[in-house]
Amino acid sequence: MKLTKAMMATTALTLAGTTAFAGGHMANDMTIVSWGGAYQASQDSAYLQPYLAANPDVRASWDESSPEAVAKLRAMNEAGNLTWDLVDVVAADGIRLCDEGLAMEIDHDALLAAAPDGTSATEDFGDLIVSDCFIPQIAYSTTNAYRTDVTAWNGAKPSEICALFDLETFPGTRTLQRSPLDNLEWALICDGVPFADVYDTLETTEGQDRAFAKLDTIKDSTIWWTSAAESIQSLADGEAVMGSSYNGRFFSAIVEQNQPLEMLWDAQVYDLDGWIIPTGLPEDRLARVLDFVFFATDTQRLADQSKFISYGPARASSAPLVSTHATLGIEMAPHMPTDPANSSNAFVQNFMWWADYRDDLDARFQAWLAQ
Amino acid sequence: MAEQMMAADGRTLKSSLNRALRRQKLRALLLITPLLLFILITFVVPIGQMLFRSVENQIVGDTIPRTVEALADWDAATDPVPDEDVFRAFAADMMVAVEERVHTRLGSRLNYETAGISSQFRRSGRDVEDMGEDLTAQFTALDPAWADPATWVALMADPDWIADSATAQTEPAFVVADAARDALPRTADIYADFARVTQVANNDSPTEEQPWNVVYIALYQDLIANPAPQIAGAPDGLLGAAGAAAAGFVAPDIRAAFVDSDAGWGSTVTWQTIQTYSPAYTSSYFLNSIDLKQTPDGIEMAPENQQIYVKLFIRTLIMSLTIMVSCILLGYPVAWMLANLPSRQANLMLILVLLPFWTSLLVRTSAWKVLLQQQGVINDLLVWVGLVADESRLTMINNSTGTIIAMTHILLPFMILPLYSVMKTIPPSYLRAAKSLGATNWTAFWRVYFPQSVPGIGAGSILVFILSIGYYITPEIVGGTSGIFISNRIAYHISSSLNWGLAAALGTILLAVVLALYWAYDRIVGIDNVKLGG
Repeated sequence: MKLTKAMMATTALTLAGTTAFAGGHMANDMTIVSWGGAYQASQDSAYLQPYLAANPDVRASWDESSPEAVAKLRAMNEAGNLTWDLVDVVAADGIRLCDEGLAMEIDHDALLAAAPDGTSATEDFGDLIVSDCFIPQIAYSTTNAYRTDVTAWNGAKPSEICALFDLETFPGTRTLQRSPLDNLEWALICDGVPFADVYDTLETTEGQDRAFAKLDTIKDSTIWWTSAAESIQSLADGEAVMGSSYNGRFFSAIVEQNQPLEMLWDAQVYDLDGWIIPTGLPEDRLARVLDFVFFATDTQRLADQSKFISYGPARASSAPLVSTHATLGIEMAPHMPTDPANSSNAFVQNFMWWADYRDDLDARFQAWLAQ
Repeated sequence: MAEQMMAADGRTLKSSLNRALRRQKLRALLLITPLLLFILITFVVPIGQMLFRSVENQIVGDTIPRTVEALADWDAATDPVPDEDVFRAFAADMMVAVEERVHTRLGSRLNYETAGISSQFRRSGRDVEDMGEDLTAQFTALDPAWADPATWVALMADPDWIADSATAQTEPAFVVADAARDALPRTADIYADFARVTQVANNDSPTEEQPWNVVYIALYQDLIANPAPQIAGAPDGLLGAAGAAAAGFVAPDIRAAFVDSDAGWGSTVTWQTIQTYSPAYTSSYFLNSIDLKQTPDGIEMAPENQQIYVKLFIRTLIMSLTIMVSCILLGYPVAWMLANLPSRQANLMLILVLLPFWTSLLVRTSAWKVLLQQQGVINDLLVWVGLVADESRLTMINNSTGTIIAMTHILLPFMILPLYSVMKTIPPSYLRAAKSLGATNWTAFWRVYFPQSVPGIGAGSILVFILSIGYYITPEIVGGTSGIFISNRIAYHISSSLNWGLAAALGTILLAVVLALYWAYDRIVGIDNVKLGG
């Protein structure tokens, strides 16, 4: 059954490649899956609203399920009932879904717009196309922030990542993602492992023990979040004094909502985010999605997104178009994770490694949490 | 002997009565059929299917059938790592699995038993395509015809298939010739898979694609076993020359290739895991549910850092009991008031009880979060009054306290309502009679009123306990890590880790525990003593 599905998808793809642009029949409903919060709002403002303005017949709805996208797509595939049309995932999940045949392989040059100067999509995105199924949108980072009004710190300010694990100088509750991603890397870095050796160390059981032992030291004073908005909420409420989230979420909390928070850029973990199209979409829905993706990933649209959130556009040709914030009018460049002042000690996540080890470490992390 | 009674139509009265009754019963059955079907189709069958997953394990045998067969005779005691034959079978299975993109699923399945296998499958899945390419090169060097898809089709295809595909619009499903199966059994077997995958998964034709390297490995094995295979209609001398040359070829070392791709393939544990979990049905999910592990040496305790389930089951039971008791303590006086107030006030109070019941569960739970958190309303109030110092605010959320408070509130109506309806039926005159006979207030309540309200407590307790044992939304939101239930792990395995087998096993155990408790309750209290109303 899976085989027939895969076959249908390939035929659908070849058909869609020709019909999508020839104005063939396109479905008018689209369910787009993303992460909710400020990020989804930026996608809505930069891509979807302009698209809907140009295509008034289309009805699109957002589903905030990206954190569980892999699991849900697997489940949908088993149940044979695909309700999503386009899914926003991080690079590692994109690779995993592609490996499992749950995401459709695409020809980037044929389906995506070229840069305004004619550079092909593949060259414009460059290395960021980490998998045949992955259509990059933005480069972001998972980083930390802290409250600026904690009296118990006696005026001390965290300046490096290991402040997370320093309960003596910086007492108070932390909030970290309920996932092994990034947390294990930070734990090892703060246990004295150099950046370059982090993944080699994590590959061994001893290395994993080391990372979990380090996390043990703050386990009792940590609130674990599953969606990035929860982390911002805990920090804004004062429930937590320090914690991780995505840099764009912090940007909107600090700059747009004036929360008493400050960024801790040290050891920010770079990652990519992009679209994948689930395998097995019916022809008309696929045609609509491809039409939307073509529009939503062109140079101008990606640059537009950075007006709403401080994530770096994935196309090289979009970078010069990054300007000022849509409503506040401030320069966006200093808030980008790639700004030299922020990226002096950045850590690059190895998504290929995570695609391989995610299952193992997820199981261990969840068991560790429950103990 | 009395004559049988006859009805007017001449039949015996008995059969006539039976007929009438049967028609009535049938009509009654017809009336409930929609409900019966509904329950069967939407409830019993899906739950049965889900529970069945707790023992199902076909994925191993279905994904790597050749390996499972080859491993059957392997004994870890004499030979720590299986021999080249097993690895060749495994390469063939993996190649098919990778093309069909199912190898990662098998990796995830085996990873439940031995951590690390998932990454081995993923990594080697990327490498398996190139394994044995040296051998393929030797065949094509011997005769370039071996690289030609047409050569292979001529060797392998059933003559009827060739005839059919010449005329048909779309290529019919590939059929391997019986002659090829007899002469080159291994090759024909894997070539059949190659042709199927090429046609179905890749939407190509075997007439245009060169076979995988593993097909050449199978051919090499067949030729070593039988250097002079005969296939009628095969290209002249091709097989004979290959058969003669094969003995001189450098044998492929697939074992080395796999170990090179991931050192895990050189470890005994990996192969023991595959061997242990190759049967189509398994008890391993149930063993894992109670922190045990099936190993080649028998059943053992799971590693300490993975033992969580027994603890969670016990925690779920204890916390559900705590919630049930707090519901009784809080609900009893309320129900008593409801039953004894004049009906105008009682109705108003009943609405107050029901109002939260009609509010969304998520809203109520989130409200508790706002109230209970360290910077929340209750803590602020306590600090303001001076009962608690600002630095030592109480932690009432993201732990078991939070779960107990929020769930007691949410489940309270399920206790109050049955209590109220039972108390409503206790005549107030009994209490008055007791007092007039000299009982104190307490004796009158304890000896006369309370025993009559026990059926209500029983009904409320069963409702609250069974509901709370399966709750997961509230613990998920307010429970942190120490206030979560076994149902949260079931939800996690259903929706995140996709270990549906384990989720099904945990669910089955939970169901059994509830049924056992129900049975015990029936034996001790008696189910006849449970009343939901008058």
